[in-house]
Amino acid sequence: MSFPWANHYEPQHPFMRYMDEKLPLPRFIYNAIGGGYPVPRNLNYFWNFGVLSGAALMLQIVTGIVLAMHFAGNSALAFDSVEHIMRDVNSGWLMRYAHANGASMFFIVVYVHIFRGLFYASYKPPREVVWLLGIVIFLLMMATAFMGYVLPWGQMSFWGAKVITGLFGAIPVVGEPIQTWLLGGFSPDNAALNRFFSLHYLLPFVILGVVVLHVWALHLPGSSNPTGVPVKSEEDTVPFHPYYTAKDGFGLGVFLIVFAILVFFAPNFLGEPDNYIKANPMSTPANIVPEWYFWPFYAILRAFTFDFFFVPAKLLGVLAMFASILLLLFLPWIDTSPVRSGHYRPLFRKFFWFGLMPCIIVLGYCGGSHATNGVVLVSQLASVYYFAHFLIILPIVSRIERRCRCRTPSPKACLARLRPHNRGLEKNGSHYRFSGRPVLFGHARLLGHPHRLQYGV
Amino acid sequence: MAAVETDATGAVHEDDGVRRRDFINLAATSFAGVGAVAIVLPLVNQMNPSADVLALASIEVDISKIPVGSAIKTEFRKQPLFVRHLNPDEIKAAEDTKADSLRDPQTLEERTKGKKEWLVTMGVCTHLGCVPLGAGAGELKGEFGGYFCPCHGSHYDTAGRIMKGPAPKNLEVPEYAFASDTVIKVG
Ligand code: HEM
Ligand code: FES
Repeated sequence: MSFPWANHYEPQHPFMRYMDEKLPLPRFIYNAIGGGYPVPRNLNYFWNFGVLSGAALMLQIVTGIVLAMHFAGNSALAFDSVEHIMRDVNSGWLMRYAHANGASMFFIVVYVHIFRGLFYASYKPPREVVWLLGIVIFLLMMATAFMGYVLPWGQMSFWGAKVITGLFGAIPVVGEPIQTWLLGGFSPDNAALNRFFSLHYLLPFVILGVVVLHVWALHLPGSSNPTGVPVKSEEDTVPFHPYYTAKDGFGLGVFLIVFAILVFFAPNFLGEPDNYIKANPMSTPANIVPEWYFWPFYAILRAFTFDFFFVPAKLLGVLAMFASILLLLFLPWIDTSPVRSGHYRPLFRKFFWFGLMPCIIVLGYCGGSHATNGVVLVSQLASVYYFAHFLIILPIVSRIERRCRCRTPSPKACLARLRPHNRGLEKNGSHYRFSGRPVLFGHARLLGHPHRLQYGV
Repeated sequence: MAAVETDATGAVHEDDGVRRRDFINLAATSFAGVGAVAIVLPLVNQMNPSADVLALASIEVDISKIPVGSAIKTEFRKQPLFVRHLNPDEIKAAEDTKADSLRDPQTLEERTKGKKEWLVTMGVCTHLGCVPLGAGAGELKGEFGGYFCPCHGSHYDTAGRIMKGPAPKNLEVPEYAFASDTVIKVG
C-alpha cells in the first residue's frame, strides 16, 4: 500500500492462488500486517503499543463474551450474578478478573500509545486522520468502560452511573430530559442497567470497526518514526513480517507478564472495595471515585467550583472535562512546527516533560483523592496549565522553535554550520548523535540529509 | 434546469424548467425521509421511562416521631427524601440569611408550606445527584449547619439552600401537603 518498494504478494501454493482470485483475504493481510507492509527500521518500543492496544481489545472481547454467558442484566440479579461468576462458575473468577484488569491494561497501553503520539507529534499531517480516529476510539473506550463498570451493580457502579449521567443534567434546558432519557428513569435502575449491558456488548465491536479504519488510514502514509523524518527509500524500512511481528511478539510477552501479575497476585489492587457492596440508592459512599483511568478528567470536572459570569459552575466543569479531550482533535493544527519529533525540539521537549506530564500526573492524583480544599485548589491550577499548554504554550513554542535555515548542499557542509551552535549534530563514524543522544540505530540515512535536521533557537 | 433540453435521442423539449424526474426524485426522497423519521422516533422514545417507572405512587410520611432538631430519610420515587424538623436556632439562621445574596434566591417561607419548622426536600444534591449528609444522626452538616454533599463538597444551609460548592440550585422541594398535623402526603 504505502511505498513503491513494498514486497508484492505472490502466492505459491495452488490453493492460495485460487484464494487470491476468489477472495483475496490473504493478500489483504499480507499487505496490512505481513511482508508487504514496509515499516521504518528505527522504531523504538513506544511503537509497540498500537499492537498491544489491539491485543487488549481482543482480550476484552473474548473474556467479555464469556462473562455475558453468566451475567444477568437485571438490577435485582446483577450483583449476585457477578458473585455467582466469582464463586460458582468454572474459572469464572479468572474471566472476571481478566476482564476487569484487562480494562485497566487496555487503558495503560492506550495511554502510552497516545503519549507516543504527543511526544513524537505523530498527529501531524499526513497522519492527522489517523489521530482523529484515535481520539474517536478513545471516546468510545471511555463510554464502554464506564458502562461496563455499572454492570456489577455495586455501590461505585450505581453512584458512578448517577454522577456521570448527572453531567448531562448540567446542560441548560434539555439537560434533565436527556438525563432521564439516558437512564430510562429518574435515577439509575433496571432500565439503565439493561441498556448499559446492551451497549457495553455492542460498543467494543464498533471500536473494532474504527480500529480497522485507523490502521487503514495509517497504512497510506505508512508509520512515522522516532526521528520524525519521512523514510526515503527501501534502505530505511524493513517488512512488517517477520521484523515487527517478532518485536511486537516480544512486547506482547512483557504485556502478558504484567497482566498476569495483576490478575493472579493483585486482582483488586486497581478496584474500589465499595463496589463489593450492593448498590444502595439511599446512601452515597464517602468518596465517589471513578476507575483510575478517569481520574485526570474527573479532577478537571471537580475543579470548577465557582460560577463564571452567567455560566453555572456545574456546567463549566462538564464543558471543561469534555473540552480537555475534544481539544486533542485540534492538535494537528495547533502545533504548527514543521518539526515532528520531540527529540529535535528542545523547548517543546522541556514543556512536555516538565509541564504536561507532571500536570497530568497531578490531575490524576487529585481526581483519585477526596475533594478537600487543597486538592481542589491544586486541580484548578493543574487544569489551567493543561489548557494553557495546548492553547498558549504549544502554539508559541512551535512558532519560535525554528528549523535550521541553512540550505547547504551536503550533510558535511551542514554539519560545519551546525557545530558552532554547539547544540546540534555530531558525527562519530557512521553514527550521528543529536544533543548527545543517538539519533537512530546506526543508520544515518533516515535523517534524510542532515541539513534538513531542525534545531531550536 | 434549462427551459430547453435535449434528450438522448437528440429531440428538443421545451418546458417550464421542472422535469418529471425532478418531481419523482423529490417525492421519493421526501417519502423515504418521512419513513425514516417514523422509524427513528420510536427507536429514540423507547429509551424514555416506561409506564411502570412513571406509575409512581405518592407516599404518606408520619412526622409525629421526628424530634425537634433532627430529620429522617425516606424513599420517594426511588430517591431519598429528607424531612427535617428545624429547631428555633436553625429557623433563625435561615431567616437571617439575606435571600438576594444567594445563588438560588429563596426564603425559608417560600421553601416550606406554612409551617416553617418542617423542611421537606429531596435528598438529591443538585450538582450531580449524590445523597447529601446531614439527615442521619451524627452526620456532617457542613459549614452552614444544614446538609453537606461529600461528593464534590456542596454546603447547604438549614433551609436546604446552596451556600457553597459546585451545586447550582437549592435542594428540590417536592410537591407535598399536610394531610393532618402529623402526616404529610408527598407527590
Ligand atoms: C472495549 C472493550 C471493553 C472494556 C474496556 C470493558 C470494560 C469493562 C469493565 C471496566 C467492567 C467492570 C468489571 C468489574 O468491575 O467487574 C466490565 C464488565 C463487564 N463486561 Fe466489559 N469491557 C469491554 C468489552 C466487553 C465485551 C466485548 C463484552 C461482551 C461481549 C463485555 C461484557 C461484560 C460483562 C458481562 C461485564 C459484567 C461482569 C463483570 O462485572 O465482571 N465487555 N467491562
Ligand atoms: S454531587 Fe453533590 S457536590 Fe457534586
